[in-house]
Amino acid sequence: MTIYNIYIFNRAGTCLYYHEWNRKKRSGMSQEEEFKLMFGMLFSLKSFVSRLSPTDQIQGLSSYRTSQYKLNFYETPSGLKIILNTDFSVGNIKDTLHQLYSQVFVEYVVKNPICDQDQPIKSELFNSKLDEFVKSLPFYPET
Amino acid sequence: MSRQVARGVDTKKISSELFALTYGSIVAQLVNDYEEDDEINKQLDKMGYNIGIRIIEDFLARSGIGRCTDFRETADIISKVAFKMFLGITPVVTNWSSTGDEFSLLIENNPLTEFVELPDNHSQLNYSNIICGAMRGALEMVQLDVSVWFVQDQLKGDNITEIRLKFNKRLEDALPPGED
Repeated sequence: MTIYNIYIFNRAGTCLYYHEWNRKKRSGMSQEEEFKLMFGMLFSLKSFVSRLSPTDQIQGLSSYRTSQYKLNFYETPSGLKIILNTDFSVGNIKDTLHQLYSQVFVEYVVKNPICDQDQPIKSELFNSKLDEFVKSLPFYPET
Repeated sequence: MSRQVARGVDTKKISSELFALTYGSIVAQLVNDYEEDDEINKQLDKMGYNIGIRIIEDFLARSGIGRCTDFRETADIISKVAFKMFLGITPVVTNWSSTGDEFSLLIENNPLTEFVELPDNHSQLNYSNIICGAMRGALEMVQLDVSVWFVQDQLKGDNITEIRLKFNKRLEDALPPGED
């Protein structure tokens, strides 16, 4: 089990935060382009999922899995999007992502008046709290 | 670690008097800074808006509430969950318009105005206007464009404080413009 990387996007599609722990392969494009590609993919996937759903859905997109990794997606009603890429064997981590939102993002970004919610997050405190949070998760590998 | 300890104590409850007095001094300062009541109202609304766009995140994180399906549900959540959480009161939701896009919140004991008496020369001042701004800002972040204003105010001699909300439109998510 392992956690590869995290993206946090705001509603407008700005990547507020990116961090990687165990990423082994580069995308071969600039980071800025990668963010755009990621956001565009999520945007399309969300609309794809909601249009093709045969029943009314409350949650919409929550994750997708390939043979190599799993992308976990969490979106708040305010449009904040958290994307955590993990090992494909990780189960449903919706609650974990909500905790990450409420215990780390809200506490150290929203409640920090110096953090602009439209700009990439520069707060060192947020950075270290997030790192701490992720490293305490059961599916973060012990090395 | 002291931060964490302090956080443990704050368990969503502080003295409402401290809050009311702090708010009172903000209004008093604005009254000093600006001459027109309208301008003070505008400043309070703006401050409220800036609070609202942040407070919504705290609200969503704490309540775990998802997206509302209609405006009636929104009204219920505002009065029963949000007002309860942040001000410790539960306003009555009433006076629905026939189309279901307007309603009023009736507040009997506004915690902000506990120690306040409006002088005669400030008859246009909406003392608690910050609440309107906060609701507008918070709702905007969940894609609801809403107008909020005071209809009645106990400070102005009315029997009850009434805040009216009107749903204007849903704000749609737009894909940011790409380069190619």
